[in-house]
Amino acid sequence: MLLIDCPYCGPRAEIEFAYGGEAHIARPAADVSEVEWSAFLYLRDNTKGVLAERWRHSHGCGRFFNALRDTRTDQFHAFYEIGTPRPDMGGAV
Amino acid sequence: MVEIAEGCALAGLPPMVRLVVQGRPAALDAAAASLGLDAPPPMLRVASGVGGSALRLGPFELLILPTLEGRAGLDAALAPVPHSLVEVSDRNVGFLLEGARAADILAGLCPLDFALSSFPVGMVTRTLLDKAGAMIWRTDAHSFHVEVWRSFGPYVEAQMREVAKGISFSLLTV
Repeated sequence: MLLIDCPYCGPRAEIEFAYGGEAHIARPAADVSEVEWSAFLYLRDNTKGVLAERWRHSHGCGRFFNALRDTRTDQFHAFYEIGTPRPDMGGAV
Repeated sequence: MVEIAEGCALAGLPPMVRLVVQGRPAALDAAAASLGLDAPPPMLRVASGVGGSALRLGPFELLILPTLEGRAGLDAALAPVPHSLVEVSDRNVGFLLEGARAADILAGLCPLDFALSSFPVGMVTRTLLDKAGAMIWRTDAHSFHVEVWRSFGPYVEAQMREVAKGISFSLLTV
C-alpha cells in the first residue's frame, strides 16, 4: 500500500485516493485540428522514471492535487497543489 | 446505548440538521461568523459556537450542524457572498461510539491512527470504514461521532459489531 501525503490532510492510506492520470496536460483551444485534439485526449508519455500525476483525495477532503512519483520504484518525491508548477527536483532524481 | 463489547457502547443518533457550505474563504468566514465563531476552524478541526458546530472537512468545505437559531441566520449571512449551501440532513445517519475501546473498534475498520496524540479531541475527517465512506469526529477522548451515508448505515453498524465480537473474544480468559 502506498502512503500518500495529501497537501490538505496529511499522510493517508492509498485506499482513500483515486488516481487521476498524468498531470500538467493543457487543454487546447476549441478550434484545433482533430489530430491535435485526439493527442490531447489519448496520447500520454508513459514515463519510465519520475512522473507528475494527479491524485484525488476522494474519501477525504475531495480535492485534486499533483504528485511526483517514480514509476519504477513507486517512491513519491513531492506533493503539490493543483495550479502550481512542477517542483524542480534538481539532480535529486 | 447498546454495549457491543466490554467498555464500548454504540447508539444511533437522532435525526439532525446537516448543511454543507462550499465556497472561497469569504463564504466560509461568513458561515463561521453566523454561528458566532471568530473564524472557520482549521483543516480537520471542529469549532462550536452559539449557532452550532462547524466541521472543516476540506479546504473549501464546511459541514455545519446548526441549532435552530443558527439555521435561520445562515442563509442571511451567506447571501452577499458566492457560495453553495446544500442540506444533507437526510443523506447521512449518525452513530455515537463510546467507551475505552471505541478507538479500537474504529481501528479495526480504518487504517488511520486513533491514538489521542495523532487524532486529538475536536478532530474530524472523512475516511473509509471498511468499504464505506464515513466521517469520524472525536468529540471526547473515548467518544466518537461517526456519520455514513444512510444506505451504508446497516452495513457499517454490522461491521462495528463484528470487530466488537473479535475484541470480546480476545478478552476471554480461558
